[in-house]
Amino acid sequence: MRFAIPLLVLAVLIGFFAVGLNRDPRTLPSPLIGKAAPAFELPVLEFPKKDGAPPLLTNADFVGKPILVNFFASWCAGCQVEHPFLMRLAQSGQVQIVGVDYKDADADVRQWLGVRGNPYAPILVDLDGRTGIDWGVYGVPETFVVDARGTILHKHIGAMTPEAWEKDIKPLLVKP
Amino acid sequence: MIPELGHFALILALGIALLQTVAPLIGYARRDAKLLAFAGSAAQGQFFCIAVAYVCLTISFVDTDFSVAYVAANAHTDLPLIYRVSAVWGAHEGSLLLWMFMLSGWTFAVSVFNRRLPADLSALVIAILGVISTGLLLFMLLTSNPFERLFPVPLQGRDLNPLLQDFGLAIHPPTLYMGYVGFSVAFAFAVAALITGKLDAAWARWTRPWTTTAWMFLTLGITLGSWWAYNELGWGGWWFWDPVENASFMPWLAGTALIHSLAVTEKRGLLKSWTALLAILTFSLSLLGTFLVRSGVLVSVHAFASDPARGLFILIFMAIVTGSALLLYAWRAPKLVSIGELNLFSREGLLLFNNVFLVVAAAAILVGTLYPLVLDALNLGKISVGPPYFNAVFLPMIAPLFVLVGLGAVVPWKKGKVGETWQRLKLPALAAVAIAIVLPLALHGRATLLAVTGALLGAWTIIAASQDVWRRIRAKRQFITGLTSVPRAVWGMTLAHAGLGVWALGVAFVISYGFEKDVRLAPNASTEIGDFTFGFVGAQEAKGPNFVAQQGEVTIEHGDHSVATLYPQKRFYPSQRNVMTESAVEASLLRDLYVSLGERFDDGSWSLRIYVKPMIRLIWLGGVLMFLGGCLAASDRRYRLAMAADRKAVLDGAQPA
Repeated sequence: MRFAIPLLVLAVLIGFFAVGLNRDPRTLPSPLIGKAAPAFELPVLEFPKKDGAPPLLTNADFVGKPILVNFFASWCAGCQVEHPFLMRLAQSGQVQIVGVDYKDADADVRQWLGVRGNPYAPILVDLDGRTGIDWGVYGVPETFVVDARGTILHKHIGAMTPEAWEKDIKPLLVKP
Repeated sequence: MIPELGHFALILALGIALLQTVAPLIGYARRDAKLLAFAGSAAQGQFFCIAVAYVCLTISFVDTDFSVAYVAANAHTDLPLIYRVSAVWGAHEGSLLLWMFMLSGWTFAVSVFNRRLPADLSALVIAILGVISTGLLLFMLLTSNPFERLFPVPLQGRDLNPLLQDFGLAIHPPTLYMGYVGFSVAFAFAVAALITGKLDAAWARWTRPWTTTAWMFLTLGITLGSWWAYNELGWGGWWFWDPVENASFMPWLAGTALIHSLAVTEKRGLLKSWTALLAILTFSLSLLGTFLVRSGVLVSVHAFASDPARGLFILIFMAIVTGSALLLYAWRAPKLVSIGELNLFSREGLLLFNNVFLVVAAAAILVGTLYPLVLDALNLGKISVGPPYFNAVFLPMIAPLFVLVGLGAVVPWKKGKVGETWQRLKLPALAAVAIAIVLPLALHGRATLLAVTGALLGAWTIIAASQDVWRRIRAKRQFITGLTSVPRAVWGMTLAHAGLGVWALGVAFVISYGFEKDVRLAPNASTEIGDFTFGFVGAQEAKGPNFVAQQGEVTIEHGDHSVATLYPQKRFYPSQRNVMTESAVEASLLRDLYVSLGERFDDGSWSLRIYVKPMIRLIWLGGVLMFLGGCLAASDRRYRLAMAADRKAVLDGAQPA
């Protein structure tokens, strides 16, 4: 009997691995969920470019209706993947998408959006990535769902997909 | 055309691997010598096919043929030639091909060096290796074909991950895989012995050189990986208890235990079923490492781009290979009877203790590595297990091993005598205590508990381990005849054990006396760390073949005289928009001075990370000594003599044993 013990241990381990395969160890629950969005004050990236200093926006400017806050950059591959879907989402008018351009040169973003179209209203510039740190961003793209009172409801890591939108995000926005 | 040739060679290899598995098994059941003999030819044919595939992929890389999807994803026209060759194993598909290449290489070696093996054992070993080949080739062809074409053909490739553009990393995976894959031979020997029911001293003697060879490559691979992480990752450490490091360390611990239990099985005919189990476990842990790296179930810096389909395939493969081996073990192992009694105070008794400590240490690491996964699977939350757990659990468990090494060198087989042992060991013990007190004080002026313990264990291991060689030399009248009379196996063992001591010394000193400092320095400013003054001259742009770098200049002074000037770099690789740290190290046996460049501030100053690392070289030197010890032990003339004798017996017309 004792010679069968290794086999039993293996069976248990395989069971755990099989469960583990269907989970993503990277999806960490954000500690910010259910809390007020961290304060920020960021300049707007005007698209197309305008003369004069760009206005600064803060949390207060977005109170009143739910928004998606999408951290993106022109240098990020996942952002290219999700971009067509964000365009469709913006055009459908279901939600306002605020873009936060993360550690990126203004000229690069303008060119990137010029080629692909701009789903964002507006685009904020987080050049040194400090706002990203406050929000707990550890890789773009990441998308936060913020309700009308400025509370973070959900965080989506990686490229936004139609499935994630339908399953995880849309239901949050319908609720009062 | 060339990629298609490679693809075709892989399909052909799969066909041959199937034959290599099935024919010898039928031959064994029917006692058909012709079918048994077919195993060797199949192994050689398979090796040829895989080699062709491997060369085809290498050619595609050298020619930067971006119509091959894998090449387009991992090469760039600016990539230097050496990294184009090493890019073959830079990502999942190609590294599997390398795995496969080595597996078929090991099988080929078995088919060539099998003359002294009984025909049925040799054929069974090759058949079992064929099962593993079949599984891996199926995996490759179904989920991870490196020859997949890409249309339209991109003009430029996405380039090799800059982390991998380093010489240490170019050779780290091949040596590591040689070790992982090499344990498949020990595994196959164990399974074959379970099938035939003959697990005796001769079996252990055949298995030993294969196991030692695999072990020494794994040792070197881990050492290289540690050295690379130190140089390339810019945080000055040499071991991080990352899940994938653990995945390479567990088979090492189990393999080390296996080497020692094989010695007991050969010399004393004991621990038979335990040895078989260890051989199965060692290779299974290697497979587990492959699974962990490629399935994405754990978070690690090493993880390949993961794909659940691939993970599932490897999981099923692992379940089949390990599961059937353990099933066979549960069925046949009870019949393996060990002859003779095991006395605990004897060399075999000490080796048993060594096995217990090594296996428990491996188990503790397994628990720590898989704990996050188990908690997550049970919905008990997300956690990560870090160095505090591993250090707390692992260090106390390996400390007794050092004591055992010294004892093992003087305690004889069968039965040891306490008085005699003490007579032989009192001088080494005294010397070790003296060194443990003097060395820390002499080098660093203060003693810490860890440094004294490390020096004690290290010195004890080195001195006691040399005893065996010393006594053998003294037994001869002349020193030179004595020197040449020492068998290579003994030299090898002594060197490997000394390597362990050197390693312990390095670890204890680098932890006890290392300095580290993060500073922000403006150009021409300086800072003092330990006895050294680090002056930051400034940073300039520098250009490499496929990157641009900010290169800092740091002068180091000790008192009045200049020690070195270092040029750490912050490299930017445009093809992947990746920033890499290239730290600069002034290395010497007694201490490393290490500078890595951090971020630039708006006022022109830079953040710098500076380390003084006493004796860190000894950690890798220890690994290299263990590797060299393995080389010597595996090439002992005992194994070659036995082979020549058996061959002569065959020529004389006698029946081979």
